[in-house]
Amino acid sequence: MDLTLKVWRQNGPQDAGRMETYPVSGVSPDMSFLEMMDMMNDQIIRNGGDPVAFDHDCREGICGMCSMFINGEAHGPNRGTTTCQLHMRSFKDGDTITIEPWRASAFPVVKDLAVDRSSFDRVIQSGGYISVNTSGETLDANAIPVPKGQADDAFSAATCIGCGACVATCKNASAMLFVSAKVSQFALLPQGQPERATRVQRMVEQMDKEGFGNCTNTGACAVECPKGIDLSNIARMNRDYLSASAKEE
Amino acid sequence: MSKSGILKSSLAKKYAMALTGLFLCLFLVGHLAGNLQLIFITGAEGQQAFNEYAQFMTTFPLVKILSYLTYASVLFHVVDGIVLTMQNRNARPVGYVKENGAANAKWASRNMGILGTIILVFLVSHMQSFWYTMHFGEIPLHNGLKDLHSVVLQFFSPENALGLVAVIGYVLAQMAVAFHLSHGFQSGFQSLGVRHAKYTPIIEWTGMAFALLVPALFAIIPIFLYITQL
Ligand code: HEM
Ligand code: SF4
Ligand code: FES
Repeated sequence: MDLTLKVWRQNGPQDAGRMETYPVSGVSPDMSFLEMMDMMNDQIIRNGGDPVAFDHDCREGICGMCSMFINGEAHGPNRGTTTCQLHMRSFKDGDTITIEPWRASAFPVVKDLAVDRSSFDRVIQSGGYISVNTSGETLDANAIPVPKGQADDAFSAATCIGCGACVATCKNASAMLFVSAKVSQFALLPQGQPERATRVQRMVEQMDKEGFGNCTNTGACAVECPKGIDLSNIARMNRDYLSASAKEE
Repeated sequence: MSKSGILKSSLAKKYAMALTGLFLCLFLVGHLAGNLQLIFITGAEGQQAFNEYAQFMTTFPLVKILSYLTYASVLFHVVDGIVLTMQNRNARPVGYVKENGAANAKWASRNMGILGTIILVFLVSHMQSFWYTMHFGEIPLHNGLKDLHSVVLQFFSPENALGLVAVIGYVLAQMAVAFHLSHGFQSGFQSLGVRHAKYTPIIEWTGMAFALLVPALFAIIPIFLYITQL
């Protein structure tokens, strides 16, 4: 396959940045999108240029690092996939592909396509945990009964890999899907109850502090989420925050 | 967490948006019921009935309380909507070169601010035409009552140079209301955390029916008045 890539280039956080065009040829349809990016970088390096910086790690859809906004969609055109799991067979020979970094004031660009997502880490640090020692002496999983549906929902929420596609996709750069998944994974389980109210309050407060936008319930986040995190998590967070604030002394 | 936290939080702004928006949906039903008299009772009998109704709506204490609540809701909804929309813009200072918004969200949900602004422009002109005239303007009397009925008929009359423009403007504004509510109705419930596997489909269905039916019935009235006065 022969492709034309339009890629966002930005030397550093202060640089204004610009789109640049790179033709690549001989791309195999079986390549992953990241392998194709490697090929492009190889070509840039051979020509004495500066390779395009992009985040990646596991390349198997579990770490959430591979942030790329491809042809106007987070992680490209396919549903339920990260960029590393997107394959070139999803494109046609001769295509022009536009590749941009996640765009949000809470995700500043580090270089080219790599953005700083530590705002997510700070949201987690503000309350996304349970305050017990979980190292060693682990309890038997069946010692605390949890209804099956409840356990399933908690596990589904916990599959969020913190990729940030929800923020990148949202027209408001809102982090509600991510934060609500991280609130829900504890709110649904007995172990999460003691800190349930303070957790949601602190995490929402931190989310706002980081400068994410407000939720308009467009639902775009859930469509683009590679892990299928759904909007019921956002509703749960809305409920929990309301009741936590009402009960607060 | 600080005690004033909720007042500043993004979620509180959404609760307010949802509560005022859903309250305004109730207001629309009441307002529509009143307006529909214009097509269901015609002639002199209609004139008397509508003017009595208008008199009742502007003087009965309970209705007055409701109307103050409505003014407050509109005001709050508009200011809150502007604040939210501005914060949302600031959350993405550098936009995408290529963005395929239609791939993952409905048009109405992405344009609530624009739709709201269209409604606001209509609302101001609408209040000026009828509300202001009724409360403070020069208005003829009929059987001792302010003759709002004639004002309305005159406004949407072919004999009025701007009658057709008024009808078209009214219909366009109702289309904006329809799109606003096609997303807003169910969105309001989601903002308040009301979501349930069994009931949410019912809320969504009701919202869609509401968004189609209520603006359509509103829009029929000026069209009817214009045609019957041809
Ligand atoms: C007939 C009048 C109106 C009704 C019944 C109405 C109803 C609603 C409802 C139910 C919502 C959903 C709330 C939520 O998402 O939680 C909403 C959202 C919204 N409305 Fe209205 N509205 C009206 C007029 C206006 C006006 C005049 C504006 C002008 C600024 C406006 C601006 C907005 C905006 C910007 C949103 C989206 C807020 C967000 O980002 O979530 N609306 N409206
Ligand atoms: S909710 Fe989905 S899109 Fe958002 S960070 Fe988690 S996995 Fe990524
Ligand atoms: S590189 Fe880990 S999810 Fe794509």
